[in-house]
Amino acid sequence: MTKINSRARKPIKWSTIISALIILLVYAAVFIAEQTLPATSMLFTVLKKGATYALVAVSMNLLNGFTGLFSLGQAGFMLIGAYSYAILTIPVADRINVYQYYNGGLVQFAMPVVPALIVAGLMAALFAFLIGLPVLRLKSDYLAIATLGFAEIVRAIFQWNKLGALTNGSNILREFPTFNDFNIRNAEGEVTLYLSTLVPFLIAGVCIALIVLLINSTYGRSLRAIKDDEIAAEAMGINLFHHKQLSFCISSFFAGIGGAMLAMYQSTIQAKAFTSAMTYEILLIVVIGGIGSVTGSCISSFLFVAASEWWLRFLDQKQMIGSFEVPLLRNGFRLVVFSVIIMIVVLFFRQGIMGTRELPDLFRRKKTLKQEVKA
Amino acid sequence: MFKTVFPYLLTGISVGGQYALIAIGYTMVYGILRLINFAHGDVFMVAGIVMVYLNASGMPLWLSILLTLLITVIIGFAIERVAYKPLRSAPRMSIMISAIGVSYTLQNLVLYITGGLNQFYPKIPFISNTVSIFGVNTKMVTLVTPVLTAILVVALVQLINHTKIGMAMRAVSKDFETSQLMGIKINSVISTTFIIGSFLAAVGSMLYFTNYNTVIQTSGSMPGLKAFVAAVFGGIGSIPGAVIGAFIIGICENIIKGLDIILFKSGITKQNLGLATFSDAFTFALLIVILVVKPTGLFGEKTTDKV
Amino acid sequence: MKKILAILLVLMMVLPTVALADDMPVVKIGVFEPASGDNGAGGKQEMLGMQYANLETPTVVIGGTEYKVQLVYADNGSATDKAPSAASELVNQQVSVVLGSYGSGVSIAGSPIFEQAGIPAIGVTCTNPQVTLGNDHYFRICFLDPFQGTILANYAYNTLNVQVAYCLAELGNDYDVGLVHNFKQAFEALGGMVIDETFPTGTSDFTSYINNAIGYGAGVFFAPCSIAYTTLMIDQAAGLGVDFTLLGSDTWDNNKVLESTVGTNLNVMISTFYQEGGNKEFDEGFKAWLNSDAEALTNNGGNDIVAAMSAMGYDAYYVALEALKAAGTTDSKAVNAALWNVVYEGVSGKIAFLPETGDADRNEAYIKKANTENESWDFVAVATVD
Repeated sequence: MTKINSRARKPIKWSTIISALIILLVYAAVFIAEQTLPATSMLFTVLKKGATYALVAVSMNLLNGFTGLFSLGQAGFMLIGAYSYAILTIPVADRINVYQYYNGGLVQFAMPVVPALIVAGLMAALFAFLIGLPVLRLKSDYLAIATLGFAEIVRAIFQWNKLGALTNGSNILREFPTFNDFNIRNAEGEVTLYLSTLVPFLIAGVCIALIVLLINSTYGRSLRAIKDDEIAAEAMGINLFHHKQLSFCISSFFAGIGGAMLAMYQSTIQAKAFTSAMTYEILLIVVIGGIGSVTGSCISSFLFVAASEWWLRFLDQKQMIGSFEVPLLRNGFRLVVFSVIIMIVVLFFRQGIMGTRELPDLFRRKKTLKQEVKA
Repeated sequence: MFKTVFPYLLTGISVGGQYALIAIGYTMVYGILRLINFAHGDVFMVAGIVMVYLNASGMPLWLSILLTLLITVIIGFAIERVAYKPLRSAPRMSIMISAIGVSYTLQNLVLYITGGLNQFYPKIPFISNTVSIFGVNTKMVTLVTPVLTAILVVALVQLINHTKIGMAMRAVSKDFETSQLMGIKINSVISTTFIIGSFLAAVGSMLYFTNYNTVIQTSGSMPGLKAFVAAVFGGIGSIPGAVIGAFIIGICENIIKGLDIILFKSGITKQNLGLATFSDAFTFALLIVILVVKPTGLFGEKTTDKV
Repeated sequence: MKKILAILLVLMMVLPTVALADDMPVVKIGVFEPASGDNGAGGKQEMLGMQYANLETPTVVIGGTEYKVQLVYADNGSATDKAPSAASELVNQQVSVVLGSYGSGVSIAGSPIFEQAGIPAIGVTCTNPQVTLGNDHYFRICFLDPFQGTILANYAYNTLNVQVAYCLAELGNDYDVGLVHNFKQAFEALGGMVIDETFPTGTSDFTSYINNAIGYGAGVFFAPCSIAYTTLMIDQAAGLGVDFTLLGSDTWDNNKVLESTVGTNLNVMISTFYQEGGNKEFDEGFKAWLNSDAEALTNNGGNDIVAAMSAMGYDAYYVALEALKAAGTTDSKAVNAALWNVVYEGVSGKIAFLPETGDADRNEAYIKKANTENESWDFVAVATVD
């Protein structure tokens, strides 16, 4: 017994250490890049948005990949998070400008960033709890469409003129603290230490670490059991509704924080932007990364954002190779190429980048192979 | 009171008929493949764009109408072959995601081709004309839509109940695997379903865009989503259910848009509440309520999970 | 098969951008405009003005050196959520100054990105006061909504003799909502009654809203919305046979809008920045270019009617050149400082920036009426506020 245990444990340890090192290296690289490269580089835009989407994608994966609940309400929860964050953190002095049609609005205080982020998550979780009571009893597709509808309803409520004193109606919210406010400046206003990219990485990192801890706990195993076979899980004594509700609320909590991060990335926020198209985008990220892999979701969100915002941009403009004008290139071509890539991934690489593997698994497999050879 | 409500009712019936034609496509595909074909709304939009371009090429209107129907049907058929057929044995989530991918692709393709500019839908004579009923002006298409919808639905129900392919469709939707074992050519049944769905979507698009004459790449998403809600509302898999659901949703959403003035005129409210904001949201609220109260919709069959 | 596909995918991802080689130093001007989305048609017309100006004056002497002017485009997709990344793209390309955008919401959304990068922006036709309020880097060459709203309210109340106005705005569109707000204030101050409603993004069925306007007995239907919606409203209003005036703002000054009024018996009035015929030389040159360039003609809506947007885009380009010349360097911060003192006599009138806000000092707007027979705008009046 002890023999088997020690044999099984040793490689896990190594792979975990290597993975931790890699993650640490990534953070160090981000920090160094930020101090050395010009702050205007597109790289940082991609990293900030990528970190935001990574968190949202992982939160969606928790539902779709680990619990088997097909929810399409992510944009709605992000909206709640983004608005909660924005409403709570706009400096009091700026409110009269932002809430220009509502005499400065109802809320006349401003919270620090971190508590506001947590409140943003809690608000999203609260809404998730309420909507979960009726809809979580629905089966797969019906759940998907009900949550999609819920997101649309949330959007309409936040845009309602009568709530304008709180939500600024359908108008833009701005002036709240953004990622760039984390840069440390000297008295002349010059930046002495760039932190605007590291901070979103830290926020997303902490949140994703919490999700991973949850997945590896007994709760996480129950969730997987529900995914594999609901009836069997119930027979094993797992309270289906309770676990689904828990997973739904936690996922929404992190989606809410992700929404707040999106607000910080964009520096303005508007309910109009949180459409079902946003949910689809995140779902595609989850699929490309591999349904059921946290690592996959993280990698694919950076790839997705980089490809759509950065690498493929040149396709939108006329390009000359020598005197030859490349045909087809004009505005919109980037999106065509991008959607074709997505279709290819969906059709031919169904497992996505990682399948259900995680970062440590990448190193573990080689080790176990070696051991098998030795044996 | 009647005079206040009537214009909204009229618009509602017209929109409802157009939703119905899209909803049938959703409900048939779901009945057979258990797939929410998210791309269906975009097929509807592509039908509109095809019509715009065919008409602009200078061919006679009757020919462009025929070609639009034909091309839309081919597109519907091709989508199924390329994007759904390879995933037949995959988990249901993958195929649904493929549908989302197709929807994304179609929208971006149209964005690229049109350059993001909204296109004017050609005027189809007769149904574009303005008529007056009970003192309310409206387009002829408002009256034509419910009639045409009714005719097409009756024809479709006949097809499903009294032909061989119809019988095959019913068999497949009852039990996919068994019917395969019984020698039904699954692929041709599925293709037929997509062909019928796309055809109706093309007809729907002609009626819809005659009323709302601008086509843009996102034109299909909202009508598509609402038609889907209509299909769920009526009990997914049931054609009469989808049609009735579509009419209910069309009428409700237009009443909501006019609710402020109706309440104002009847003296219930003194000021404008801005309820029109909820015209779309109401559709979804209705959906959640019906799903919670009667998960199978108005006319859906009850299914039980077997262990 | 899978491997080849995988390699292809990777290749597509890493395919490098082809660099442009040229001897002359290049100064980059960012074009932050919607080329797609609800405002795509308007953004394209603004870009046409800039492109024409760029063709006319492709170089500029800055601090004794001749620079080639390169327009760098970023499509903000008419959406506030796409605007930040489009703005970042321009910042990444290290443009010296930005022109745009059509639509106030996207300008507000892109503004912080330019501010952080220290790049000045010149708003061309974004009329919401919030664009320039409380910042030093956003300028604009057009009039503002409080002015435009008042002009239109005065016109409706005094000239059209209307007591009840129905206003319609798109939810979450700062331009629509702001202008309706200003119109409402002015119209109610005059003693009229205003009913205002909003519709969700993506609406195509406006019949019920038009029926609402009929129901309230409105004399004008004021809908300062995106072009994609206005064309639908016009068509549906014609179908319902309405007898009130359709009142539009500067967004309505678009060839697609004009096209949709043809053959109807609607009364469509708009306020705008420029009237064709204001500057013969520009009109003729611009038309000649449109007719020689098929792509430009398509972007202009398929005909050679000069929209006010194009004239404004044309002026904006020259204002940017003036600022570059005055700065004597391509450094964006210096350009920003130089912009405050730029005075330029453009085709749309004299352009000078007010201290503090950076708004243009303008107090004239043109009122035009759609000629539904021969597809053109008829000049009605020049409107001012005392």
